[in-house]
Amino acid sequence: MGKVILEVKDLKTKYVTRFKESVYAVDGVSLQIEEGKSLGVAGESGCGKSTLALSLMGYYFAPLHYISGDIIIDGKNISGMKPDEVRKNVLGREVAYIPQAAMNALNPTQKVIKFVEDVVRAHDKSMSKKDIYDMAVQRFEVLGLPKEVLSKYSVELSGGMKQRTVIAISTIKSPKVLIADEPSSALDVTSQKMVIKMMRELMEKGYIKAMIFITHELPLLYNVTDDIMVMYAGQIIERGTAHEMVFDPVHPYSKGLMGSIIVPEAGTRDVKLEAIPGTPPNLKKPPPGCRFAARCKYKIPTCEHGERSPRIFDNNRMHRCIHSVEYLQERYKNEREAGSKGKVSETGAE
Amino acid sequence: MFHQVKQAFRSPKFLVGFIIFTSLLAAAIIYPALSMWHPLQIITRPGFAPPGRYVNIQDVIQVRPLDRRMILVDVDANRLGNVVADEDVYNMIYFLETFLGVPVGHLSVDDQATVIYYWNNYYDPTYRHAGMIMAEHLAWTRFHAQLQVALDGTIIIAYRDEEGYLQEGAGFDTQDFVHIRDIVNVYHFPLGTDNFGRDMLTQMLSAMLVSLRMGLIAGLVATSIGLTLGLVSGYLGGFVDDAILFITNIFTVIPGFILLILITYSLGPAGRGVTVVSAVIGLTAWPWTCRAVRSQVLSLRNRDHVNLSKLSGHSMPRIIVKDILPYVASYVVMALILQISTAILAEAQLSMLGLGPNTAEVATLGLMMQWATMFSAWQVGAWWAFVPVILAIALMAFSLNLMNTGLDQVFNPQLRDS
Amino acid sequence: MGDIIKSDKIAVDRAELEKRPSVLRGDKVTKVFGYGNSKTVAVNAVNFNFREREVISIVGESGSGKTTLAKMLLGLIGVTEGDVYFKDAKRDISSHRKKKEYWRGIQAVFQDPFSAFNIFSKIDSLLLDCINLMGGKKFSPEKKYEMMSEACSFVNLKYDELTNKYPFELSGGQMQRLMIARIFLLKPKILIADEPTSMVDACSRATILDMLMKLRDEVGMTIIFITHDIGLAYYVSDTVYIMEQGKFVEVGSAEDVIISPQAEYTRRLISDVPKIHEEWDLSTV
Repeated sequence: MGKVILEVKDLKTKYVTRFKESVYAVDGVSLQIEEGKSLGVAGESGCGKSTLALSLMGYYFAPLHYISGDIIIDGKNISGMKPDEVRKNVLGREVAYIPQAAMNALNPTQKVIKFVEDVVRAHDKSMSKKDIYDMAVQRFEVLGLPKEVLSKYSVELSGGMKQRTVIAISTIKSPKVLIADEPSSALDVTSQKMVIKMMRELMEKGYIKAMIFITHELPLLYNVTDDIMVMYAGQIIERGTAHEMVFDPVHPYSKGLMGSIIVPEAGTRDVKLEAIPGTPPNLKKPPPGCRFAARCKYKIPTCEHGERSPRIFDNNRMHRCIHSVEYLQERYKNEREAGSKGKVSETGAE
Repeated sequence: MFHQVKQAFRSPKFLVGFIIFTSLLAAAIIYPALSMWHPLQIITRPGFAPPGRYVNIQDVIQVRPLDRRMILVDVDANRLGNVVADEDVYNMIYFLETFLGVPVGHLSVDDQATVIYYWNNYYDPTYRHAGMIMAEHLAWTRFHAQLQVALDGTIIIAYRDEEGYLQEGAGFDTQDFVHIRDIVNVYHFPLGTDNFGRDMLTQMLSAMLVSLRMGLIAGLVATSIGLTLGLVSGYLGGFVDDAILFITNIFTVIPGFILLILITYSLGPAGRGVTVVSAVIGLTAWPWTCRAVRSQVLSLRNRDHVNLSKLSGHSMPRIIVKDILPYVASYVVMALILQISTAILAEAQLSMLGLGPNTAEVATLGLMMQWATMFSAWQVGAWWAFVPVILAIALMAFSLNLMNTGLDQVFNPQLRDS
Repeated sequence: MGDIIKSDKIAVDRAELEKRPSVLRGDKVTKVFGYGNSKTVAVNAVNFNFREREVISIVGESGSGKTTLAKMLLGLIGVTEGDVYFKDAKRDISSHRKKKEYWRGIQAVFQDPFSAFNIFSKIDSLLLDCINLMGGKKFSPEKKYEMMSEACSFVNLKYDELTNKYPFELSGGQMQRLMIARIFLLKPKILIADEPTSMVDACSRATILDMLMKLRDEVGMTIIFITHDIGLAYYVSDTVYIMEQGKFVEVGSAEDVIISPQAEYTRRLISDVPKIHEEWDLSTV
């Protein structure tokens, strides 16, 4: 087991709407990432994925508010810090954050090198322009970006190039953790592949020590990260290695999610897609008990009462269902057999 | 829609603007109705009178002790007839007979002197008779005040001698005092009077209402022209768009105010009524609304809901009215508010130049400014003749703009602070 | 992916498909935007032939002209050059009345459910419009109610819960289903689905695709998917058209085009999509 780079303990954060209502978007998330590992976060929209990404930076501003929990990066707890302190000492140096629209963050009136200078100077005022330029050229070269980009304006770059430039700039101080929230969703497939390749290089060359990758595109997640965790209604409901999660999900929700994957590969055309009816619960007033109960077809009466504590099994995998792994796997097997006889399968109750 | 209105009132900026605006509006409606005078009624002698309380000199004489009282002698019927029409005399007789207990038939229309004598002795402007509404009561008070002015010069001061005859005489010395409570006509001019001797406050508040009405007419004219052209131009595109855009561009490059001056000047003084001037202001102010609506429609017409509406077989006018208009409605309301405020300012500017509405019945804020300039209010130090007017214009424009900003924040969430 | 359940999809017999009557055919269809120097050819002389009950995918990246083609097929924008044949007769949409007639035969489902509805009009009026378009203006209120309830229950919605509501009160998936209910009422010959699942969650995607396929079987319509998602194209369609810069670079059965692509562009496109069962080769970029 490697050194733990990022450790989160029971993190809870909320949004406060304009009408002073609280939305508990991250409700008790605990996770660990070891050095050199990457973690993927999957889930439907509105289940708290993006809020988790924002919360993990430790930089809270309205309408996002911190409630409780710890975020420990390489032994340093950042959860109690003041926003100013976080901005000066954590962002860019310990954690870097890439949102989907990052490429639109470049001011079109300035050259790319200026942004590199800004990022470096925010932490180290003594570096000369020449040194920064050399450093940027070297880093860009390693990541496969032409150095001409540095002297261009952002409008002269294509979408994919812009996104890669932003990633290169934000990791120039070699932060320990990179949090990427749908970094390639707005791009075409070729640019997406280039962005992914670059993020892998960042990991391999050791510029970042751990990565959290958030996306709703499961095939992408499968290819990018070592581990995947599935979020539902602000909680983690299952975690495991990417392969286990995609090919052998345990929780009924993960099962439904993985059953909706379609990829252009031979044989997948005849697979029956799965659907989960209904919508995620309103996080202003999360339901008691299992949050997925209302949509689950394996529901038993006790599901709706009492908090579901995570169950850890087999090789540190975790899930949050009331049923045992064996029971669920048995049910899935039976359904598969029934399904192959031509019956329609639907995960969940109507 | 209702939801959006509710949202608007949650915005503090809109709320503050709305409160200022409604208070101004309420004051402009209520105060002139309760005031003793018509807005343009001349009360005092010409000349700027500073704010304060005023006492009619006649009244001072009237309340002296018994040996010094005023009587009427030799009323000049002709002169009086100029002021007191036969109809008024009828009304006076009716009033005296009904409310003041003068026997019926004792007075006649021909004998005005007697009527006036009785009137002066019996009528008490401070007493409101039962069964008389406030407006009527005020009308009679005003009439009484007018009558007193008309009778000016026909009053002498007399005292009673030993034989009991009245002897003409006059003279007041520095020790003559009367109690202020005994004086009938104590006038309060909170903002003084203008050069014509008219109460500034009544005049200004009623002028505010007129200016606002002009602003509303101009705003509605500008917005409806701009909206219609913008909708048509944006939705149809092609040649129609080019043509409308061409006209709009011409109107935009010619400075609007110069155009306004030229049009109003060519109308001549006779043609410049309140409505006409406001319509002209509206006619020169539409291009911005048109451009803004057009650009909104341009992006709206490619939205899928418009395509869906087309696929449902709806006709073009229906799509414009039902699928485009509601989406620009909030924007148009904001534009209208802004247009009203600019129109009020435009009217003030025009009137300052002497090109405003040519009217003797109502004042506008701009006209009041012009009068103040014309009679050198600034040079004689009569600040009350223009400072309140300036403040009124500023406050009106400010409240409207505040409402506009508030609405903007409600409709464009990315502009919200925090 | 979990486990594999064989779907009950019937493999299409290509020879049989070729014999079906054509519903929509294009001959050198071209769209040019702008004039002179700013001229851009969005769709460049494409030929196609869509047959009855066929499921077609037009796949392309953004800017490939696929949406422009869809709009031309729908008659929302004009065709610069070339001819479109509807049921083997040259399409005539020169007047509003003729367009209305055409739209009884061809309808669309749009990508973004949040922008596809007029948020100021109620759901009832949306469905009533469809009944009116189909000539049901004079139907009794009971009959209309019955039709609308039927359409809603087809997509697992309850009309009684939707009546007097506005579209924005529904979730994205529900809105998209309502859009399909609309198609159910109209029963067109051709349905153009412009990225119908790209804005809804993965879990609702299956429901929506399922409903569209059910509707095809029931009504016997042709569905044209406009998409950038190659996985989706492979999963649903009989025939796939790959579009690049206004031209079709590869056309054929889904199996042929996606599994053994011939054109350079198609090969690159497919290699760039993340895989699950095979290795995703990152070295090719």
